Amino acid sequence: MKIAVCVKQVPTREGHPRLNESGTWISEQDAGFEMNEPDQYAVEASLRLREQHGGEVVVCAAGPARVSQAIREALARGADRAIHVEDDRLAGSDASAVAESLALAMRDEAFDLVLTGLQSDDQGFAQTGVILAERLGMPHATIVKDIQVSDGGLRVKRELEGGWFQWVAMPLPALVTIQSGINQVRYATLKGIMAAKKKEIRKVAAPATLAVRQRIVAMHTPEKAKATTIITGSPAEAARELVRRLREEARVI
Amino acid sequence: MILAIAEQHDGVLSGVSWETVAGAQHLSAVAGGMPVKAVLLGPGCADAAGQLAQAAVDEVVTVEHAALAPYTPDAFTAALEQVVTALAPAFVVLPHTYQTRDFVPKLAARLDRPLVTDVVSLKGSDRGPLFTRLVFQGKIAADVLPEAASPCFVTLQVGAFRADAAARGMAAAPVRPVQVSIDPGAVRQRPEPPFREAKEAVDLSKAERIVAVGRGLGKPEHLPIAQRLAALLGAEIGASRPICDAGWLPLERQVGSSGQTVAPALYVALGISGAIQHAVGMKGAKVIVAVNKDADAPIFEIADYGIVGDLFEIVPAFAAELEK
Repeated sequence: MKIAVCVKQVPTREGHPRLNESGTWISEQDAGFEMNEPDQYAVEASLRLREQHGGEVVVCAAGPARVSQAIREALARGADRAIHVEDDRLAGSDASAVAESLALAMRDEAFDLVLTGLQSDDQGFAQTGVILAERLGMPHATIVKDIQVSDGGLRVKRELEGGWFQWVAMPLPALVTIQSGINQVRYATLKGIMAAKKKEIRKVAAPATLAVRQRIVAMHTPEKAKATTIITGSPAEAARELVRRLREEARVI
Repeated sequence: MILAIAEQHDGVLSGVSWETVAGAQHLSAVAGGMPVKAVLLGPGCADAAGQLAQAAVDEVVTVEHAALAPYTPDAFTAALEQVVTALAPAFVVLPHTYQTRDFVPKLAARLDRPLVTDVVSLKGSDRGPLFTRLVFQGKIAADVLPEAASPCFVTLQVGAFRADAAARGMAAAPVRPVQVSIDPGAVRQRPEPPFREAKEAVDLSKAERIVAVGRGLGKPEHLPIAQRLAALLGAEIGASRPICDAGWLPLERQVGSSGQTVAPALYVALGISGAIQHAVGMKGAKVIVAVNKDADAPIFEIADYGIVGDLFEIVPAFAAELEK
């Protein structure tokens, strides 16, 4: 089975991005980057499917040169090769531009199965995988927590809201967006890291005109829904003050 | 004109439908008073359409094709592609649910139109409506301007608009069925009936107090710290998604968009950053206490009381104070 797994590189979860001068994106030189968390589960799912069914895992990513770090990480975990649509304009662009760029680079590969994370930790569009499926002419399922492959078909367990699930069957080729927690992610071994250095990363140019359909015109601190009282002092002092306020002010204990 | 796409399940109008109408009406006001129409899809949606017709909308459009039940993204996309093309709205407003996340990107891509997802508020500008959405795990808000031709698709975060803010009409709006053609052979997904993994032994939505733990707990061996606090407060234990993903607590303890939605009198968030997916499940709590070592964590945006510091020092002190 020929499997593509799409990964995005995003600012680290722990970091607090600073805005750039125009206030429409973050200052990238001040940020640390890592592979998007749901995409890590998608990479793991792709490797497990290859282990069960044989074939090849191809990492696909769209973004500036820095993204090669996330690609190398997926290769070090065991993916076979990679396709990188490299373009600085793709940093901070919308899901449509990313998906159209990926679709162009992936179309001729004729993948049997495409996996993506369900959404990204940076802009959180939750769109890229589904747009990509539409552009590749594949059926899709989103927010998937289990995958079964048999004779040209796919059966996946979709997560619904409020603790409900549903199995959905569809023919291959297909695209599936992966929910976090579907598996236990493996980490790269030293051997894997060494092997990754020799694996092919095919660079592809993005379309001359990106299919951007929305732009950020301003970024700001989210509006506070509540006036938060920050309680300071030593742990004992803070705890005493918190309990006093919960008893006397909020009256909830 | 603005189309508000409501949701119904088995003929029952879902609560987010009123939020969607409220959001569409607000967008109408911001965009200079465009008319609002509501749409319902699925066989047997007549009863739900009757309820929806109480809203101050120009009309309720129903689409009752047999291929629309059970839900599939292929059939919903095919149906709405025809409805949206025929009605030619300027905006199409939907709730940001697991179902719309599954088909709206496909629909917008097929029509080559913008889709702004998970919108928390909207406002007018000299360039047209601006949609605010949270990015970087809720740490930053971004004002987004759709580009390309109309219609622009917009999904609204659940809870961003209040259901009771939806204006009701003086008289019931007319309900108009429209026909669509869907080739059953072109619907590629074959869904099986929904099921629940395990009987929910714990109904967190009824809990008066909840102590919830997140990534900041570090490892499962630290759970007793939170459990002791919960026992002293008479609280149930809850958790954010990563804790249940890792198997430290069962899925039934998960609070957030994929778990339970709770509204206790007291919610104590320990080591929870407050990412949107968690916040939507608990921001209805009356009093929220947050303990987190990161002063910039989004949880402090929605907390009533916050302590910035090491939960392994603060929680035992909190427990000791309660024992006094």
